Amino acid sequence: MEHIVIIGNGIAGVSAARHLRKLSDKKISIVSAETDYFFSRTALMYVYMGHMKFEHTQPYENWFWKKNRINLVKGFVNQVDHANKKLILQDAPEIAYDKLIIATGSKPNKFGWPGQDLKGVQGLYSKQDLDALEANAPNKDVCNRAVIVGGGLIGIELAEMLRSRDIPVTFLVRESSFWNGVLPSGESNMINEHILEHHIDLRLETNLVEIISDENGRAKAVTTDKGDTIECNVVGLTAGVSPNVDFLKESGIELGRGVKVNRFLETNIEDIYAIGDCAEQHEPIGNRRPIEAVWYTGRMMGETVAQTICGNRIEYKPGHWFNSAKFLDVEYQTYGWVFAKPPAKKEFEQHFHWRHATEKICITVAYHKDTKKFLGINTFGIRMRHEIFDRWLTEERGVDHVVEYLKDANFDPEFYKHYEAEILAQYNTEFGTHLQPKKKSWKRIFGKASATV
Amino acid sequence: MSTYDKSMALTGQPPKALNTGQKLSTLLGMTGLAILLLAIFNVNFPNKGLWLTISLLAIFVGVVWFSKAAYGHKLKGIKNDGVWFKSISSLGLLGWLAGIALTGFYVVLYFYPEFLGLAAEGGNTGVIALFDPLSRLLSGNPASQWFVYGTLYTVAILAFGIKFIWKYRHNRYEVVRTISVVFFQTAFAFLIPEFMARLNGSAVLSGGKLPYYDLKNMWPLNYNNFEGYRIKDFLTSGNIGLGLLIFGVLTIFVISPILTYKYGKRWYCSWVCGCGGLAETAGDSFRQLSDKKVSAWKVERWVIHSVVVFVTLMTIAVVSSYLKAGGYWVQVDGEKQFIEYWLSNEAFLIGTFALLTLIFGWVMLFKRKELKKDAQYGAIGYFVIILALVGFYFFNGEGNILLFKTASVKKTYGFLIGSIFSGVIGTGFYPILGNRVWCRFGCPMAAILGFQQRLFSRFRISTNGGQCISCGNCSTYCEMGIDVRAYAQKGENIVRSSCVGCGVCSAVCPRGVLKLENGPLEGRIDSNQVLLGNDVDLMDLVNQK
Repeated sequence: MEHIVIIGNGIAGVSAARHLRKLSDKKISIVSAETDYFFSRTALMYVYMGHMKFEHTQPYENWFWKKNRINLVKGFVNQVDHANKKLILQDAPEIAYDKLIIATGSKPNKFGWPGQDLKGVQGLYSKQDLDALEANAPNKDVCNRAVIVGGGLIGIELAEMLRSRDIPVTFLVRESSFWNGVLPSGESNMINEHILEHHIDLRLETNLVEIISDENGRAKAVTTDKGDTIECNVVGLTAGVSPNVDFLKESGIELGRGVKVNRFLETNIEDIYAIGDCAEQHEPIGNRRPIEAVWYTGRMMGETVAQTICGNRIEYKPGHWFNSAKFLDVEYQTYGWVFAKPPAKKEFEQHFHWRHATEKICITVAYHKDTKKFLGINTFGIRMRHEIFDRWLTEERGVDHVVEYLKDANFDPEFYKHYEAEILAQYNTEFGTHLQPKKKSWKRIFGKASATV
Repeated sequence: MSTYDKSMALTGQPPKALNTGQKLSTLLGMTGLAILLLAIFNVNFPNKGLWLTISLLAIFVGVVWFSKAAYGHKLKGIKNDGVWFKSISSLGLLGWLAGIALTGFYVVLYFYPEFLGLAAEGGNTGVIALFDPLSRLLSGNPASQWFVYGTLYTVAILAFGIKFIWKYRHNRYEVVRTISVVFFQTAFAFLIPEFMARLNGSAVLSGGKLPYYDLKNMWPLNYNNFEGYRIKDFLTSGNIGLGLLIFGVLTIFVISPILTYKYGKRWYCSWVCGCGGLAETAGDSFRQLSDKKVSAWKVERWVIHSVVVFVTLMTIAVVSSYLKAGGYWVQVDGEKQFIEYWLSNEAFLIGTFALLTLIFGWVMLFKRKELKKDAQYGAIGYFVIILALVGFYFFNGEGNILLFKTASVKKTYGFLIGSIFSGVIGTGFYPILGNRVWCRFGCPMAAILGFQQRLFSRFRISTNGGQCISCGNCSTYCEMGIDVRAYAQKGENIVRSSCVGCGVCSAVCPRGVLKLENGPLEGRIDSNQVLLGNDVDLMDLVNQK
């Protein structure tokens, strides 16, 4: 029986295993050094905050794996010997494979800061990072202050986590406004305000210079390029992630920043595939980056590679871009492409922005300035229906259509206030149009594409 | 898997620690409870009305003040920090103590009311006597243990309702829903029945007396509703009595099916019902304790549906036993008169037989595909049992259900289900098994509404395309123990008979994946929902079965 071995038990590897099992009777093994069972990485923050226990982050009960004949191996892969088709593990027997899927995910970036390897300095990615944080920052007496370096999604999550235990947080952000490489300025500014509301000491346009050690090799302060020294017990490094592929350096598998793959997720070595955060496309797909460290793309790649391995060789073809996140109390969703600034933002891309007068609610709609074609939307504090935006993007709707029919797309809980009329009123003022908001229609929402006309 | 030793790491620290306001308010609330406790131990308070007011106010203000101290200074949003660190809400020592105390209270309430001071002859003593002034004010009668319970129950829903609203003030669904349960508890369960008691003997009731009737508490949750003594009370209380009897029949056979079709069973379970009301308010801190395992779900399905069968059989037997007598005696102008029922026992049994067959036939013909194999077997099994027993009863007719006397079946149900299950376990075990144990495993009303919700309702929880990140907040905070994530991560809508529509899964979702909504029946249950964002061809392949 063909033995498929997957390195990594994250969403990509596990999706691949599940779909391999659905499609075939092959022998399947998943090797992981991180945890015994698959868990949702994005949920680690809630364990530290006490919303959930670690067990709750595991989407499948423990009997699931045996029942589905997915063999779980705890071990760290030191080396891939593709000539002999085997894996060499640290402290565990070798594993022979017929086909290998590399799904080893990411690791936090470190940019060579002095002191970056001191005790009390950590990222937030793995279960081990969570354990380390529990040890480094159990409470505000042990950790009098934490400094977070890097203003992205993980940085703000780490800040939220520490604040849940009342630990003072200083948040160093290189950019002039939070995550403004991705978020247009209106949104980025709103999140700045929200960060301050949560009593987080946000320092924009500030870089880490050095982490200073105490006599025990533990971080005791950081210095910034503004000349400040900030005393602290914990330093969170959250300046992005990069593929976790160091163990493959001598393997002969072609690496860039990640494992180089073609559209079929195949590496340069036959019978070896790479999926998820650690895979790097030779050519970016559409507007996407060659490395996508996103939950959903990991899942999709897993599903795709399972098809290929089971004899139905297909390309990885992700659909319309979407994503979501939560900044403290403000939910964010995005569908299609909204770019913050050049070079990603092309000269034809223009934005319509609406923000609520008092609440932390806003939207930004991107459209083509000549054709008025709808390009994408960012929403904050309003939930949107994925299906509707996916359809509008496929149908290449104009921006007028989107604002007119916005009620169809609203996904907020019942009884929530609706802002479509207000949004449309501002749109009409800005564009000199006289559009009327269309009533929500189940027929359109659940109808086929043609019914939307 | 590894867990951290939270209790060591976080002693006295946020988010576990209580702030000053929370401590003081707890003290105030406990003082209110202490007054009640002293009364139980027969401390004779001189001015009962005053001391009762002080006690209830202290409890109420204590809870509201606690809520303000907990949430008032924070920005609006999800407030689950430290839930699994706090002893009370994570099966710690406080949780177990609270569970034992509540269970003890229920045991005394149901089986030893004399300990609370209930007196059959002469005046009440103890804590029940403390409640006499309020009871006399409302209904004109002295208090009973049920009045004491009802008052505390209402105060709890009111006070913790305010806490819940404070906690979820960003979520208008939760706010509106909570106002609704608080209203129905205060007006329908508490005040109206007391006022109704004032009408007893008056001309509008033709001199009759109404049975205690919480109008929203329909059969089979109110399993006594069609018992002989109540029927007689209804029928001898003029048009109002007759109207109430008709209302009682309409609620379960007409009103509830229509509302459940339109809105799902939530219209009742989390908007109106008193049990649900307490669970959603005072029980909110324990929702995460419900068991999410598949094994728990299997137990749940068998237990709850067995209760429905039990209550159905019992009610048929009870109704039939008095119908067989043909009528009842009343005193008219000092003379005994026999009033005949217009419904004969035979007609009733044949009618019941026909109705059950109709429902069974409809499900088997049109909805069989939607039932799992074991559910089909279960349905057939239950159906055969009910028909066999009803048939046996019809032809045999000795006042027995199979081998047991109707009266003893009724007594058993009242003891096992009415008292032990719904009271002692259902509420007493809040801090141990979660706040919806009764609703999930025992309530026959929930089972009937759920059956309809699953098969014939516009309600569903929609999953938002491919946005789920499998974090598990929805499953963790589902009080009914539904593994919501298992559906959401597949892009499947959640259409489960047990869902009471509390809306908390949707509230705690960090990615906006879940929405409770009433929409068209077509496509409501779609296990082939696409996970959007994928390549369309791939989705076709993935969905091939």
